Amino acid sequence: MSGRREELDLRGLLCPLPVIRVQDRVAGLAPGDEVIAVCSDPGALNDIPAWCKINGHFVLWKGERGGDYVVHLRVGAA
Amino acid sequence: MSEPRKAVALISGGLDSMLAARIVQEQGVHVEGINFFTGFCVEGHTHAIRKRDRGRPKRNNALWVAEQLGIKLHIVDVVEPYKDVVLNPRHGYGANLNPCLDCKIFMVSKALEWMRDHGFDFIVTGEVVGQRPMSQRRDTMPVVARESGAEDLLLRPLCAKNLPPTRPEREGWVDRDRLYAISGRSRKVQQELARRFGITDYAQPAGGCCFLTDANYSAKLRDLWAHRPGRRYELDDLMLLKVGRHLRPRPHFKLIVSREEGETRFLEGYRKRFAHVRTVSHPGPLTLIEGEGLSEEDLALAARITARYSQGRGAPGVEVEAALPGQAPRRFTVTPLSPEAIPRAWYL
Repeated sequence: MSGRREELDLRGLLCPLPVIRVQDRVAGLAPGDEVIAVCSDPGALNDIPAWCKINGHFVLWKGERGGDYVVHLRVGAA
Repeated sequence: MSEPRKAVALISGGLDSMLAARIVQEQGVHVEGINFFTGFCVEGHTHAIRKRDRGRPKRNNALWVAEQLGIKLHIVDVVEPYKDVVLNPRHGYGANLNPCLDCKIFMVSKALEWMRDHGFDFIVTGEVVGQRPMSQRRDTMPVVARESGAEDLLLRPLCAKNLPPTRPEREGWVDRDRLYAISGRSRKVQQELARRFGITDYAQPAGGCCFLTDANYSAKLRDLWAHRPGRRYELDDLMLLKVGRHLRPRPHFKLIVSREEGETRFLEGYRKRFAHVRTVSHPGPLTLIEGEGLSEEDLALAARITARYSQGRGAPGVEVEAALPGQAPRRFTVTPLSPEAIPRAWYL
C-alpha cells in the first residue's frame, strides 16, 4: 500500500462531473491510495459511492463538512 | 476454458439499454457500461441547483443501472468533441436542436474507440427499430452502424432479429435465438422483459435525458447563438441555460434572474465573470447580465427588472447593488418595473 492521499476540490461542478473527475484521478493511482473529493453538489454523496461500488473502490467516509459534501475513498484493486 | 467475449454497452440510464446489457450478460458475455457526458444531460443539474428539489435525492440513472446489473460503468466527458455534433449535424436536427442521428453515430464511434483501446469484442445498444423518429428507424439504423465505423460489431439485442445477423451472432459469441425482435414505440415487450428479469424500478423514458429535445431549451440556445459573433458554446453556457428566468430586453444583453435561493447560490459562482445586480433593501434575486457594451441605462433597466422579482416589487423604491465585471459594486435605488411593463417578447 502506497498510502498516498489526495484532496480533489470539485466545488462548483455538478454531477456527473465530480464522478468523472474522481474516475480520471483514480485511474492514475495505486490500490490503497486515498482520494478525498470535496463537492458542492449534494448528488455527489450518492453518485461517487455508487461509482466506487461498481468499480471496486471503498468509501471510508461520506457526509457534510463545513457546507461541502465530502466523499473519502480508498482505491481498490479492480 | 476460453475467456468470455467482452462487450461494451452504451448505458443511458433508461430501461432499453439496461435490458440490452442484461440480455447479453445472460449469455455469459462480460459486459461493461459506457456513458457519455455531453453537457446536455442536465436533468440532475436542475435538481442539484434548485433548493426546493433537494428533498428528493437525485440519483444518476446510468450509475444506478450499472449497479443493478453489477457491471462497471465508464463515464466519458465528451463535451468538447460533441460540439461539432451539435453545431454541424450532417443529418440535420429533429423537431428542436436535437441532432439525434449524428449523436448516435458519434456515441457508437466513441464506444468503438473505447472497445479497441480496451480489448473488447463488440458494442451493445438498447436501440429498437421504429422507436425514435430519427435515429431508430429501419433506414437509419444501418447508417449508425456504417458511419460510426462499428459496422457488424454493433449488436442491438432488443431488435436483432429484425436486422441482418451481426458478427457476434454469426461467430456464436451470442445466440441469436435468445435475442429479440421488438419494433415500434410500444413499451409493452420491454416492460414484460423487465418483469421477467426482476427489474421493477427504472427511469421512465421521456425522449432521453437530452435537453436538446426540449423546445424551450433549444429556443434559448438559438438565442445565444443569434447574439454571438459565431455559433459556439461553452459548458458554462449550457449550465446557465437551465437556471433562472432568461429575458432579453435589448439585443446586446440578456438577463438571467434567479427564481429561488438554490439558483441564487448557483449564480453566485458566476458573479465575478458577469455584470450583475442584486437587491439590498428587500430579499430578491441575483441577476447576471450577459452582454457587452453595457450603458448606465442598461444597468438601470436590469436593476428595475431585478427589483420587479424581489419582495419589494410593490414598493416605491428598491435599493440594489450592481457591478460591471471587474468593477467595485455600487448601490442605488430604482423603481421596480411593473409586470405589464415587461413585454412577453423579452422572455426567452
